[in-house]
Amino acid sequence: MAELPAEVAYLDNAASTPLCQQAAEAMAPLQRDLYANPTGSHRMARDSRRRIDDARDVMAEVLGCEPGEIIFTAGGTESDNLAIFGRCWHMADLRGAQGVVSEQASVPVCSAIEHHAVLEPVERLGGIMVGVDASGTINLDALASELSANTAIVSVMLANNETGMVQPLAQVAEVVRSAAPNAVLHSDAVQAMAWLDVAAQAGDADLVSVSAHKFGGPKGTGALMVRNSLELSPLLLGGGQERGLRSGTHNVAGIVGMAAAAEVVLQSRAQQVERVSILRDRLVDGLLAKVPHTVETGDRSRKVAGSAHLCFEGVESEALLFLIEDVGVYASAASSCSSGAQDPSHVLAAMGYSRELAGGSLRLSLGYETTQADVDLALSVIPDAVARLRDHASDALAM
Amino acid sequence: MRVLVAMSGGVDSSVAAAVLSEEGHDVVGVTLKLWGGESDTGCCSVSDTEDARRVADRLGVQHHVFNFGDAFDKQVVAPYVQGHSAGLTPNPCIECNRHIKFEKLLMRAEALGFDAVATGHHVRLVAVGSGYRLGRGLDAAKDQSYVLYMLGQQQLSRLLFPIGHFTKAEVRQRAEVLGLRNAAKPDSQDVCFVANRAGGRQGFLERHLGESPGVVVDSQGKMLSKVASVQSVTIGQRRGLNLGGTAEPRYVTDVNLSNATITVGCREDLYTATQPVESVVWADAPVPGVLDVQVSAHGKVALGTLEEAGIVRWQTPQRRVAPGQAVVFYQDDLLVGGALAV
Repeated sequence: MAELPAEVAYLDNAASTPLCQQAAEAMAPLQRDLYANPTGSHRMARDSRRRIDDARDVMAEVLGCEPGEIIFTAGGTESDNLAIFGRCWHMADLRGAQGVVSEQASVPVCSAIEHHAVLEPVERLGGIMVGVDASGTINLDALASELSANTAIVSVMLANNETGMVQPLAQVAEVVRSAAPNAVLHSDAVQAMAWLDVAAQAGDADLVSVSAHKFGGPKGTGALMVRNSLELSPLLLGGGQERGLRSGTHNVAGIVGMAAAAEVVLQSRAQQVERVSILRDRLVDGLLAKVPHTVETGDRSRKVAGSAHLCFEGVESEALLFLIEDVGVYASAASSCSSGAQDPSHVLAAMGYSRELAGGSLRLSLGYETTQADVDLALSVIPDAVARLRDHASDALAM
Repeated sequence: MRVLVAMSGGVDSSVAAAVLSEEGHDVVGVTLKLWGGESDTGCCSVSDTEDARRVADRLGVQHHVFNFGDAFDKQVVAPYVQGHSAGLTPNPCIECNRHIKFEKLLMRAEALGFDAVATGHHVRLVAVGSGYRLGRGLDAAKDQSYVLYMLGQQQLSRLLFPIGHFTKAEVRQRAEVLGLRNAAKPDSQDVCFVANRAGGRQGFLERHLGESPGVVVDSQGKMLSKVASVQSVTIGQRRGLNLGGTAEPRYVTDVNLSNATITVGCREDLYTATQPVESVVWADAPVPGVLDVQVSAHGKVALGTLEEAGIVRWQTPQRRVAPGQAVVFYQDDLLVGGALAV
C-alpha cells in the first residue's frame, strides 16, 4: 500500500470548503436535541422554527435583502434550477392563462461560462448562450444583441467557478434593463460568497443563488434570494414551506450551519481577501516563474481572491493531478463528471482556448484555511510534476 | 511493484486487481472513460465505473478515472466509421487495445511512475529466451490473445495478466470468496459504443455514414434485393440482406463500394486458397514456416504460411476474411504475430 503523503495542501476550495468551527458547533446540538419539525405547533417545533427565522435574518443581511426574500434550498444546483425553471414556467403559466393573444417573455439567456446547474436548464428550455471574451468576461454587446421583449430571464454568474473571473453584473443589469424589458436577472453567486460583498455586487439582481459548502458551511444547503414582487413556479410541491416555493421539511441543522458560516464571512471576509490574495499571488507568480510555457487564464485583477487557474502546455491535467496528489496537493482541473473523470472545460472553450491547451489546466483554489505552507508545498511539487510529464511526452514523441 | 490495474467494473479485472494486491504489489485501479456518446452500455458507463470503484474500495486500493474520450473518438470510433466507409470491417476492440489501453494508458502509467500495467484479459505472459510471448488463456473458451496480437516486446515487458492462469469459473469463485459485488456479473459482449437498442452495429453505421443504398446481386449479376447502407455490409454476412427465404443459405462474397453492389453466393464461393494481409507485426522476430492462423476472436485455427508478399497461403482453402479484420499467427499456443486482412 502506498503511504499517505506527510503533509497535505488542500487547494480545492472552489469544489468545497472545510466546515468552519462556528458552523460545526451551531449544528451539533440541533439534530440530537431540537429534532422537532419546524412547521409544527408545539413548543419544540416553535424553537426549531425560531432557529430558521434567525438564520433567515443572517442570510438576508449577507445577501442584502429582506428576510422574506430568502428561500432555503438544498444547495446551489437547486437554487439555480428554481430560478431558471421557476421563472420560465411561471411565464409559461401566465401565457396559458391569458391565451395566445398576449405575447409573454419565455426565453432564458445565460453566459456560456455558467455552471452546468444553469446551462442545462437553459438548454432544456431552448434558451440562448452568450459568449465571453478571451479573459472569460461576458461580451455585453453580444448579450444586448440576444435580448428582446421575449427574454424571460438572464442568468450571469458573479464569479466563475473555474477561472474565478468576476462578471460585470451592474453593466449586465443595465443591458438587461434597456434591451429586455420583461426579463429578470439571476446571478449564481455560489463562488462569490467567500470573497465578494454579494449584497453590493449582485444588488441589481432579482434572483441570487448561494451554496453553504462553498463558504465554510455544510453540504446540501443553499439559498435563493427572490426579490419580493417576483413570482416563480415551484419545482417541488407539497407542504408549502418557504412561501410555497420549496416544499419539504427544513434541513434545520444545515440552514443553521449555513447562517453560522455566513456570519463568519461577514466578520472576516475583508481580512481573508487581503490575506489569501497575497498567498494566491505568491502561488501563481511562483508557478509562472518556475514553469515555462504556462498560461495564466483570465485577468488576475478581476478574479476572486482564492482563485488560481493555469494551463500548462504539453501536459494532461489528469496525469498532473495524479502526480501532485501523490505528494499531498489536492486540486482539480475543470469540472468533474459524475464518474470522477475530468471533462473538457466548456469555460476555456468559450474563452477560445484550444482543446490541447485547455487539457492542461489546473485550478488551485485557496480558502480561509489555506496557509503559506500549503502554497510552499504546491510550489515545490508542481514544477517537478509538470517537468516529469513533459519529459515523458517528448520521449513518447521520439519513439 | 507499483502496478496500475485497468478496471472495467467487470469480474475479470476486479479479480486481477485482487490477485496483485494479495501478492503484495502496490496496486492502483483505474477505469477509463472512453465514450460519452449515445451508448451507455459499455466499459465506460457510470454504473460500471461504480462497480470498479466499489471493488477497489473492498480491496483497499485507490481508484481513479481517466477520461480518454478524445483519444478514443479520434483513434477508435472515427477510424471505425471511416474504415467502413472505405469498405473495411475494422475490429474496434483491437484498435482500442492498440491505441488506448496499450499505448496511451501504458505511457501515462510510465509517466506516473508505475512499473507495470495489468488488465483482466484471459491471456498468459510467457517468458521465452530473453523476451516474452503472449500465451492463450488457460480457459480456451475465454482466451483473448487474438485481440492483443499487436503487443510487442516493449509493451509485454511492462504488462501483467494476473488471471490468464484461471478458468472463468475460478475467477468468479475467487470474486465470490472475496465478496466482490460483480462476482456474477455477465461478460460484456458488445462493442462499447454501439448501443443494442439503437439498431446495433448496422444502425450505428447507418447513422454515422448516412444513407448509401446498394443492390444485392448473385454471381451471375442478377439483382436480388436492395440494402439501405452498402458500407455496413461485411464479407461472409448472411442476415440483413432482405433476401427473404432461400433454399440454401447465401453469403456476401464481395462488397463493391464503387458501384454499390453486394454479391452473394453459396458457402463454397467464400473459400479461397490465399488471403492477402498488410500491416504485419511480430511479437519478436518474424517466424517463417507453417503457423496456426486465427481470423476471428474465438474462431478455429487453420494452418497457413505467411509469404513474403503479404499473402497467407492456406494448407486447405479457408473462408475469405473481411478486409480490416485481424489475422493472427500462433505457434504452439504462443502468439507470434498478426496482420490485417486486405
